[in-house]
Amino acid sequence: MNDRAATYIEYAQAVPLAYAIDMDACVGCGLCENMCLAGAVAYDDKVRQTDVQVGSIILAPGTKPFDPAGLDHLGYGKFANVVTSDGFERILSAGGPYYGHIMRPLDRAEPKSIAWLQCIGSRDTNQCGNGYCSSVCCMYATKEAMIAKEHIHGDLDAVVFNMDMRTYGKDYEKYFMRARDKEGVRYVKARVHTIDENHETGDLSVRYVDEEGKVCVDEFSMVVLSVGLTIPEDATRLADRLGVELNKYKYAKIDPLAPVETNQPGIYVCGVFQGPKDIPESVTEASAAACLAGADLSAARGTDVETIVLPEQKEVAHQEPRIGVFVCNCGINIGGVVDVPAVQEYAGTLDNVVFTDSNLFTCSQDTQEKIKEMIIEQGLNRVVVASCSPKTHEGMFMETLEACGLNRYLFEMANIRNQNSWIHSKTPDTATEKAKDLVRAAVARARTLKAMEEKRIPVNQKALVVGGGVAGMTAALNLERQGFPVVLLEKTDSLGGLARRLHHTIEGADVQAFVAKLVADVSGAEKIEVLLGAEVVGFGGYQGNFTTEVAVGGDKRSIDHGAIVVATGAVEYEPTEYLFGDDERVITQLDLSDRIAEKGVADVDTVVMIQCVGSRNDEMQECSRICCQNAVKNALAIKEQSPDTQVFVLYRDIRTYGQMEDYYREAREKDVIFIRFKEEEPPIVEKSGDGLVVRVKDHILGQQVAIEADLVTLSAGLRAADTETLCRTMKLNTNLENYFMEAHVKLRPVDMPGAGIFLCGTAHGPKLITETLAQAQAAASRATTFLAKPEIKLSAITAKVDTDHCVKCLTCVRNCPFDVPVFDNNEKLIKIDEAMCHGCGVCACVCPRQTIQLGFYEDDQLISKVDGLLAEKTG
Amino acid sequence: MRLEYPANVRIVRVPCTGKVDVMLMLRAFQKGADGVYCVGCLEGTCHYNAGNLRCRERVEHVQSMLDEMGMEKERVRMYNLSSGEGPTFAAYAKEMTAYIKEVGPSPLGTAQNKDE
Repeated sequence: MNDRAATYIEYAQAVPLAYAIDMDACVGCGLCENMCLAGAVAYDDKVRQTDVQVGSIILAPGTKPFDPAGLDHLGYGKFANVVTSDGFERILSAGGPYYGHIMRPLDRAEPKSIAWLQCIGSRDTNQCGNGYCSSVCCMYATKEAMIAKEHIHGDLDAVVFNMDMRTYGKDYEKYFMRARDKEGVRYVKARVHTIDENHETGDLSVRYVDEEGKVCVDEFSMVVLSVGLTIPEDATRLADRLGVELNKYKYAKIDPLAPVETNQPGIYVCGVFQGPKDIPESVTEASAAACLAGADLSAARGTDVETIVLPEQKEVAHQEPRIGVFVCNCGINIGGVVDVPAVQEYAGTLDNVVFTDSNLFTCSQDTQEKIKEMIIEQGLNRVVVASCSPKTHEGMFMETLEACGLNRYLFEMANIRNQNSWIHSKTPDTATEKAKDLVRAAVARARTLKAMEEKRIPVNQKALVVGGGVAGMTAALNLERQGFPVVLLEKTDSLGGLARRLHHTIEGADVQAFVAKLVADVSGAEKIEVLLGAEVVGFGGYQGNFTTEVAVGGDKRSIDHGAIVVATGAVEYEPTEYLFGDDERVITQLDLSDRIAEKGVADVDTVVMIQCVGSRNDEMQECSRICCQNAVKNALAIKEQSPDTQVFVLYRDIRTYGQMEDYYREAREKDVIFIRFKEEEPPIVEKSGDGLVVRVKDHILGQQVAIEADLVTLSAGLRAADTETLCRTMKLNTNLENYFMEAHVKLRPVDMPGAGIFLCGTAHGPKLITETLAQAQAAASRATTFLAKPEIKLSAITAKVDTDHCVKCLTCVRNCPFDVPVFDNNEKLIKIDEAMCHGCGVCACVCPRQTIQLGFYEDDQLISKVDGLLAEKTG
Repeated sequence: MRLEYPANVRIVRVPCTGKVDVMLMLRAFQKGADGVYCVGCLEGTCHYNAGNLRCRERVEHVQSMLDEMGMEKERVRMYNLSSGEGPTFAAYAKEMTAYIKEVGPSPLGTAQNKDE
C-alpha cells in the first residue's frame, strides 16, 4: 500500500528470510553493495542458467490477484479509499503499512463502514473475460469483514455485496453463518454498478440495484474489491516452453479424471494453476502431484539423500538450570497489547534465568539463529519462549534446540498470545500482569525439565485402505505404484462406492467407464489384496506397526500393516421433505441422472429442481458442495436431450465454483430458469389433481409463482457413511456431521490426528470425483512418506516405571485404556512398552506409590507449573 | 477466535484430563487458587477412551473432600467440550469466574496468604 524501499524483505516469515532488490524501484546507485559490511550484496548479479537432470516436473507457479485498474466504474486507482482485498489484507496485517490498525488510505481515519464487492475479475465475461468463479473470495471477504469488525472496537458496518455466497467448503457454511448471525456482517444480494467519491469526505457512494429491482445508493467510508485469481503471465510462458496445454482462462488443461496430470507425461500441476482453489485443496493437490511424480521415480527412492547430522547432545542432568527467556511481540499481536519490555525485564528477575531477549517475530528464521547463538554463548540449558501456542510452534523451537546440541525436551512455552493478548486486548495492564504470571510458571516448569530420548521403531511397509470406492481404490493403486503392498477392505460385496451411481462429470467425462477400469486395475494389481464383505472387528498396535482384525464372510483375519488410509465415503441424503417417498414423481438428482441415461426425458414437459435439500438447514448446517453443479449438469443434459423441456432450478445460492461457472452460464443461456428463494420461504410442493405444483416466491417479480411440474428433482445433499463402529474400534474422530477430522484444516488436509493414518474422499467431506481423486492420490503420497522410512522416531512422552520402588500391585495393568503395562513373568517386573504407550498418563495418576511418571508431565513438572502460576510476584 | 474471557483464569496444559489427579487439584487450592476446573473432551469422545471420565470421578472426589472441609464443593468442576468449541470454552471460564466471585475467595487461599 505504501512505497517500499528498493531493498526489502518480502515479509517477516518469508523463506528464505533474506533481502532482495526491487529492480523496479532501484535507482541503480550501487550504494548497498558498498555499505554491506558482510559483503553479501552482489549488485550486478545476473540471472544464471543451470541444467538440472530430473525425472518428473511439478508446476506450481501460483496465482496473481486480478488487477481492477481497468474497470473504470469502480474507481480503483482514482479514489484512495477503494482498495483491493489483498491490499486490505496488508491493512489488517501487523507487519503492514498501518501496523494492523484499520485505517483508510486517504486520511488515515478509522472507517465507520466498509463495503466488500464480490466477483471483481470473476464471473464476468463482459468487462474482463474471466468467466470463472475464483472460489476463494466469498470466504476471504467474510474473514476480512469479521477481523475488521473485531479490530475496530465499537460499530463497524461491514457489508458484503454478492451475487451468490459460495461458502461451499468443509465447515465454511458455519463460518458464514457466524459472520452473518453472530458478528453482524451484512450480506446484500447485488452486483454494484458504480462507485463515486464524495470529494469533501472521501466517502464512497455505491450504486446498485437491490433484489426487488430498486436502485439504491449507499455511502461507505471504504470499499474493498474482492479481486479474483488469475494466472500470471510468466506461468503461461513457462507452460508454453514446456508444451503444457492451457485452457481459455490460462489454467492448465486437465482431464477431470486425472486432476493433476498435464498433456505432457511426467509433468504435473497443482494449486491455482490447475484451477481456482483455496489452501486445503492446493495442499492436497500438491501431495497428489508429488504422489504421481514420486511414483515415476520410485525405483530411485532413497538414493542421493543427504542426512541431517545433529550435534551430539550436551549432558545437562547435573547442571544448575541456566534458563534463557525469549519474549515475542508477534508483530503487534502481543506487543500491541502486552508491555513486552516489562515482561522481559520481569523474566530477568526470576531464579535461574540468565538471559532474556525480545523479538518482533520469535518464529522467524533469523530469531532461530539468534536463539542458537545464545544457547551456545550463554551456556543455556533450558529455553523458554513466551509467544503463541505450543500446538503450532513447539516442534519448530524444539528443532532449534536440537540443532545446537540441546535436548528438545528442555523447552517450555508460555502462551502469552492465544491465552492472553488475544483475549485481554481491551485491558492491556491485566494482560501484561498475566503474561508475567505465565512466564513465571513456564520458567518454574523449565527448571524441572529433563532430557528425554526418543525411541526408534521399524515400520511395516504394508498399507491398509478402508473403503473400496473411487477414493479407496485410487489410494490403493497409487500406493501400489509406489511399491507398497496394500490390503483394500470393502464393506459391501463390490467395489465402486457412490461413483457407481454417477454417469458423467459436469465436463462430460464418463464415470462408469472410469470406475470399471479402476475396478479392473485394482483387481489385477499384483500387490493389492481386495477383501469384499469385510468388516473391521479389532484394532491394535501403533504407527508403523498396526494390527487390524477383519471379519470376511465367516472368517477372521489379522492383518499387520504400517499405515492406514480411511476412505469410507458418503451417501446421498434420503429426503423427508417435498413429498419424497410419497409421490414417485419426486426424485433425487441421482435418480434423475439414472432416468436421463436410461429412459430419457423427451416425454417430460417441466422439471423443477429444488436445491439445498438436507443441506444448509438446522439439521445439517453445512453445504453439500456438489449439488449445485449436479443440478446444472442434469439441467444441461435435459436441454441436450429435449430442448423443449422446461427446467426450473429453485436455489438459495448457486455454488458452481471454479470453472464450473461456465456450465451455470451455459444453462442460463439455454433457458434453464433459476429462481432464488429465501431460507425462511422455501418452496412448497403440492399434489394438484394428477399433477404436481411447486409454489415459490420469485423476488424479482415480487410475487408467488406456481409451476406445474412433471418431475420434481431434489438436490439431496450428502451424508457421511455410517462409521460409528469403525470409529470406536479404530479410535478415530469425526466432526459433528460425522465426517472424519483432519490433523489441520488448512495445512494437513489428508492426515488424520493419529500418526500413520490418512484420509481421503467424501469420508472427509462432500466433494466432486475430481477432487476425490486428487485427495486419494494425496493420501497415498502422505502414506508413502510414512512407509518409505524404514524406521520412525517415537514421542518420548510415554510412561516409565521405577521398577525399584514398584510393588507390582497391577493397578496400572488394570487401568490402562490400551492394555500397555504388563507383568513380565520372567523378570517379575511391570513393563510399559514405549512404542505402545499413548502417553495419556492414566497409569501415572492411579499408581498408589507414584512409581510411574509420564515423561514431560512428571509430577514435579506439573506441580511447578501450578505453583508458578499461583505464586505472588516478587519481581 | 480471540474470544474474551476473564483474565483470572490460568491454564495448565496436560495431555489428557486423565492425567489430572487429586493431588494436583488440591495443590492448586493449597497454593491459593479459589477454584479449579478441568476441561476435557466431550464424554464418549476421549482420545484415550475414558480419561475425561476418570477426571470427572476425581473431580467428584475432590468435591466431597471440599464439602467435608466445609468449603463450597462447586469450587472444583469438570467441564466437557470439543476442540472446535471456543465459544463454549470462554463461556465456561465466565461461568466459573462468576461463581467464584459470588462465593468469594477460598478460605484456604486466605489462610495461606496470612501465614506469609
